[in-house]
Amino acid sequence: MMRKSRSEGLRQPTLTPDAAAALERAGFSRRNFLKGTGALIVTFSVADCSRAPSSRSTSQVSRLDVPLDQVDSWIAIAQDESVTGYTGKCEFGQGFRTVQYQLIADEMYVPLDRITLIVCDTALTPDQGTTSGSQSHPTEFGPNGLRQALATAREALFRLAADQLGVTVDELSVQDGVIFVAADPTQRVSYGQLVGGQQFNLTVDRAARPKDPREYTVLGTSVPRYEIPDKVTGQFEYVQSVRLPGMRHGKVVRPPFVGASVVSVDETSVQNLPGNVQVVVINDFIGVVADGQWQAARAAAALRVNWSAGVTLPNQADLYNYMRTQPSRDSLTVLSDDVDQRFGEAVNVISATYKTPYQKHGSIGSSAAVADVQGTGPNGRATIYSATQGVYPQRDSVARVLGIPMQNVRVIFLEGSGCYGLNGADTVSFDAALLSQAVGAPVRVQLTRKDEMAWGENYGPAYVIDLRAGLNDQGQIIVWDYEAWTLSKGNRPTAAAPGNIITGALVGFPTPPLVPGSADPPTSYSNNGNSDSSYGAGCVQGRCGGTGNIESERVLTHTIASPFFTGPLRSPGRLQNTFANESFIDEVAALVGADPIEYRLRHLSDPRLINVLKAGAKASGWQTRPSPNAPDGSTIATGRGVACVLYEGNNGYSALVAEVQVNRSTGQVVVTRMVAAQDSGPVSNPDGLRNQMEGGALQGMSRCLREEVTWDNQQITSIDWNRYPVFHFGESIPVVETVLLNRLDVPQMGAGECIITVAAPAIANAIFDATGARVRQVPFTPARVLAALQGT
Amino acid sequence: MAALSLTVNGQSYSFDVDPTTPLLYVLMDDLQLNGPKFGCGLMQCGACTVLLDGQPIRSCTRPMSAAAGHSITTIEGLGTPDNPHPLQTAFIEEQAAQCAFCISGVMLYGKTYVDTHPGATEQQIAQGLPSNLLCRCYTHVRMLKALARYAQEVQP
Repeated sequence: MMRKSRSEGLRQPTLTPDAAAALERAGFSRRNFLKGTGALIVTFSVADCSRAPSSRSTSQVSRLDVPLDQVDSWIAIAQDESVTGYTGKCEFGQGFRTVQYQLIADEMYVPLDRITLIVCDTALTPDQGTTSGSQSHPTEFGPNGLRQALATAREALFRLAADQLGVTVDELSVQDGVIFVAADPTQRVSYGQLVGGQQFNLTVDRAARPKDPREYTVLGTSVPRYEIPDKVTGQFEYVQSVRLPGMRHGKVVRPPFVGASVVSVDETSVQNLPGNVQVVVINDFIGVVADGQWQAARAAAALRVNWSAGVTLPNQADLYNYMRTQPSRDSLTVLSDDVDQRFGEAVNVISATYKTPYQKHGSIGSSAAVADVQGTGPNGRATIYSATQGVYPQRDSVARVLGIPMQNVRVIFLEGSGCYGLNGADTVSFDAALLSQAVGAPVRVQLTRKDEMAWGENYGPAYVIDLRAGLNDQGQIIVWDYEAWTLSKGNRPTAAAPGNIITGALVGFPTPPLVPGSADPPTSYSNNGNSDSSYGAGCVQGRCGGTGNIESERVLTHTIASPFFTGPLRSPGRLQNTFANESFIDEVAALVGADPIEYRLRHLSDPRLINVLKAGAKASGWQTRPSPNAPDGSTIATGRGVACVLYEGNNGYSALVAEVQVNRSTGQVVVTRMVAAQDSGPVSNPDGLRNQMEGGALQGMSRCLREEVTWDNQQITSIDWNRYPVFHFGESIPVVETVLLNRLDVPQMGAGECIITVAAPAIANAIFDATGARVRQVPFTPARVLAALQGT
Repeated sequence: MAALSLTVNGQSYSFDVDPTTPLLYVLMDDLQLNGPKFGCGLMQCGACTVLLDGQPIRSCTRPMSAAAGHSITTIEGLGTPDNPHPLQTAFIEEQAAQCAFCISGVMLYGKTYVDTHPGATEQQIAQGLPSNLLCRCYTHVRMLKALARYAQEVQP
């Protein structure tokens, strides 16, 4: 019972139940292990969590509490043969927790039920930065991740067994955590007998050989997700469900207008309300704390605050023109010498402009955190229960916000509501920490829906993208010109910049300003959030890293200051860029009368992208013909569209075919079928990957058909689900089919953000195929589709 | 403050609370239940859904004064990981969750629809659910499969 284990602890940081059980089984104190690693200091122990370390100065920014290069940071084997893994890659519902169990089972040759995994806790797990960017697979299966540590541990166990059994390593085999002589299985020794309860004391060996994916027996199978039984029976403990003894409830009071500051706060307005209400004001950060959640909510609503006027926001209707006129920080991804010359040679030049608005994470549960902060200054201490994507960056930044040493802060991850990037999890962790510090008690804060939508998240930023292509007399693209404008304010919080997120800024930490500047020519190739299209050769200083064969390119991005906080939202930049690039290639294909897939293939060079595109086309029953389809005169027009991409230029090959029905009278678009194909290398968990692809397809559909942040001249107006409409239940859903290309001869790539990246262009291209009308602005509302229809 | 009685998952309770307190907070904070969750507080998403006398309602906006005297069932009341309700079994079998923060709404509205429409198909269930019901991970495909699987088990 998780609740009980929490309530038994007093005001001290407690271990998560998994961690406590695992430590008990492991038979040694993890503190002692960590203390044994040279100069490193650890800030807690199982028995006494309150003793502060003394030998590390507060100014030292160390990320070596749990050293990444030590095997013991990643794995412990107990005398009872149980295996505990430690990871800095968190679970958000994407299934990577289960994949890591599979990895440990496969690499260590132990049954799944013998494994415990400790996830994202600054006191226990290695600092692996943030869990983001579809990087969990590349990281954990890469040279600095969990797999390499496991391979090192397994090889060490084999050496120990060889010594003990008096044979060579080559004569040994292993099954279920027991190493035996292959020729005489009665000569055997178990992991627990070899090292149970002891440390490995080994540096991770880069030369250790992980298992070949072709030998996997647990990876590659659809192991059911660990937490689903608890989730569907209401037993699962989310960060929203953390309850500490003596815990009080906080609510924040955000400014009414963007840029407004506190003039005065009338605390008498809440003095007669029940619940021992306390008001906390720090610069423009305001919160109330009460004994009960409802009492806190009532106090927050009743608190009278006099705010200054805010700033005047850019006119939303004119946003995309506004973006073009502001001072910008520029970056060049590719700049070929011959762009102008090629356009001069082209027999045909085509151009188009694509627009994607600000969009929200819109996690269904508003963000919540629980903080227990005791004291201020050098002796201050804190435990933060947070759904952050990065427990270590949260630790470093919240320590700065609280003015206490970061080594006195422990951040424990618990899963929150669905996380698609930099949602309100970090900001609300600051909120809870500030209120807890102010009132001297553990405080839980959960944002209201309005605060989540207007003052919680870092939005995905808007983009306006001009594309221009020059064609030769064969209809082949010989030059590609991309010029984009986007916006930025803040980002993930760091110790240097807590003001990157809303609460950090409200409490007085500056948000680093955007510094305008012109672009230097690129010196090496990165596709910069898929700003370089799938068809670019990506040639920089003679080296070509793209997936296509268009060698002459200019790819230029202007970033301007955003009026709203921005940050990574599932497929950041990649989604907006791929909407433009994959719509535009379709427009060119239509211009030359080519089939959209055939025309793509003419411009692709990467065999895996070619394969995934062909696989998606085949599974969808694609009929080779140009778009648009010949109209049959009916009100409901049907069509199909395609899009493909190598996510971020190196992290997952995707193709998606969408089929739509467009009502010519109303402009209503209904997506009837989506066929998604994915090559991310060896598939760890086929059902889990399909789950991510299905969700990505439908979330991508929602984003391109419905979603847009709105505002008036002073404030965000899309503050609830009626004013930020999304795809919901109660309407027909497309058939979603998934095709997995399971490549075992290549490294693991990410997949979580891949299919969402190609949803908008596949749907836009299907609308064009159905009607001949091109929609170039997200979301594809009925009004915009009607306008496009009337333009044809 | 007033003493208000409530039956939750078959057990009777009496709460001395402000009668304007939404039912959700009593379930979350007083009874420490994790099934019903705060999503919007506006009846727009469904994360707080519970059954009141067998009918799905939004506990985030239902004041205790209007819930008192009634029988509440949360997803904890349907079954446990060791002894799941057939509906929960269907969701486990179909792996019909990502974050699952929405799950109370999807399961309890789904159960109500399927119990009155045995044998319903995925598309019928999709359109039979209310529109103010969300899953932002968009696990719709398998949630509807799970509900259709459960619908095969419900006897007309």
